[in-house]
Amino acid sequence: MALLEIRNLTVSFETAAGRFHAVQGLDLAVDSGEVLAVVGESGSGKSVAMLAVMGLLPDTATVSADAMLFQGRDLMSLSPRQRRRLAGRDMAMIFQEPIASLNPCFTVGFQIEETLKRHTGLDAAGRRRRAVELLDAVGIPEPAQRLSSFPHQMSGGQCQRVMIAIATACTPKLLIADEPTTALDVTIQKQILDLLLRLQLEHGMALVLITHDMGVVAETADRVVVQYRGRKMEDADVLSLFENPQNPYTRALLSALPENAVGGRLPTVAAAGGWEARP
Amino acid sequence: MLRFALSRLLLVVPTFVGITLIAFLFIRILPGDPVLLMAGERGVSPERHAELMAQFGFDKPMWRQYVDYIGQLLQGNFGHSFSTKRPVLEEFMARFPATLELALCAIVLATVLGVAAGILAAVKRGSWIDQATMGTALVGYSMPIFWWALLLIILFSTSLGWTPVSGRIALTHYFPSVTGFMLVDSLLSGRPGAFASAVHHLVLPTIVLATIPLAVIARQTRSAMLEVLGEVYMMTARSKGLSPSRVIGLHALRNALIPVVTTIGLQVSVLMGGAILTETIFSWPGIGKWMIDSISRRDYQVVQGGLLLIAAMVMLVNLTVDLLYGLVNPRVRHV
Repeated sequence: MALLEIRNLTVSFETAAGRFHAVQGLDLAVDSGEVLAVVGESGSGKSVAMLAVMGLLPDTATVSADAMLFQGRDLMSLSPRQRRRLAGRDMAMIFQEPIASLNPCFTVGFQIEETLKRHTGLDAAGRRRRAVELLDAVGIPEPAQRLSSFPHQMSGGQCQRVMIAIATACTPKLLIADEPTTALDVTIQKQILDLLLRLQLEHGMALVLITHDMGVVAETADRVVVQYRGRKMEDADVLSLFENPQNPYTRALLSALPENAVGGRLPTVAAAGGWEARP
Repeated sequence: MLRFALSRLLLVVPTFVGITLIAFLFIRILPGDPVLLMAGERGVSPERHAELMAQFGFDKPMWRQYVDYIGQLLQGNFGHSFSTKRPVLEEFMARFPATLELALCAIVLATVLGVAAGILAAVKRGSWIDQATMGTALVGYSMPIFWWALLLIILFSTSLGWTPVSGRIALTHYFPSVTGFMLVDSLLSGRPGAFASAVHHLVLPTIVLATIPLAVIARQTRSAMLEVLGEVYMMTARSKGLSPSRVIGLHALRNALIPVVTTIGLQVSVLMGGAILTETIFSWPGIGKWMIDSISRRDYQVVQGGLLLIAAMVMLVNLTVDLLYGLVNPRVRHV
């Protein structure tokens, strides 16, 4: 049984111009211990689908699905209180902007310990010890001292490490990383990806990596889901996808990689691979 | 934090010098001769007029008068009232607790209700609750304070008879003043019904004085909350599985309070202006009414001293707010 199984997920938003469908009829499955990359251009509904899984969409969003099973339990039938018990403990998420992801008014220690306080029975001393361990595990030097630092006193890479520490505090079964390296320097990007993969292996958790970067996909993922305009275009293991893409959109996306540039120009997704962009 | 506090303290000095200059010039540019006003209807001979002008130092050049005034101030001497002959500081201290009591009640009411209304409006953005709250705030903000006071008096005092029209306590409750704060003194007096009477007298002036600050604080809290609610760290807080009350009441409010604290501080100076009208309407024996009476008497010393002392209070509040701002905003505290 898959850890997460989504059937026919649709997410729409009411806008001034009418109803906008961000995700339409998406089917997705994530197995335990698997690294799944979700790729697609901006606006393809990658993040929205995962926010729907986490229950983090605003009230303006309408979510419907035939099923959204997590560890066999249908998330759609759970009360908000029951879903909050899962979030942060069994499933966690990290975001694109590491500095903006941390509350500027609280120390990183407080923000890590808050998750532990919510989901574990640890006392104050136990939470502090665990927070030091977590900071140490994500590679923050002098972790005990850094607990009293505020986010603005840390770099973007360090903030993302803190976010990873928060997300993995309760060793979740599923970690969703929404473009975790986009806002970081190239050298830091590599370190953060390595860290995520190390923790994924150590804890045996499933990792859903939302990204634009096909290089990241090739290096990290076991399986890839390609999304376009809220729909799934292709779902394949990473080798098959790069060697033999089945969907015209996937072929178009791969041909638009920088290394395929001809004469200093890249083909557009619409022009490459005979792909016709749908209205 | 210490450097931040020191830099704020240093700024107080030039501000205070500026205020002495304004207080000194303000009363002197008003038309009217203080000696003639003191003499009243009997009038005064030119010789006696010149003598009194020399006695009070009004015959000296303006700059000389200012230097003398500053010299006196540095010795802690705020001068004596022309009309009562009592020291200005003594008169101020006798009236200040009444104003402070009213202002404190008003700012507490405005802050508690304003912040709560602002949070509610932001969380229920676009709903009828939001529109009703912000509509009421706009009415409150636009309301002329004297008109609002009269409406409340007509309704609650005259028609319903629920609250008294003026004063700080019913005349039947006499007891010596200990702290100058009627709520405290009435409790200390041990007289049955005294505290209830003091509260009764405080209700309407407090509502009137709190109305504008409440509206401003509610609007500021709403916009600060709306800005904060859209931040990524709010998503992080929710992704931890925290309860909505913790997400809103701790993560959002703590950040939204940063601009709200400054607004509350600024409202204190608005309260001082409002106190003058409110105290006049409700015959509240505070410094607002005292200042108005002194201006009409051209009581130079009282107006100068009173302005300076009020300004000092406002500066003290602003300094406190600056320091509080540092406390609530770690980005200022830990540079």
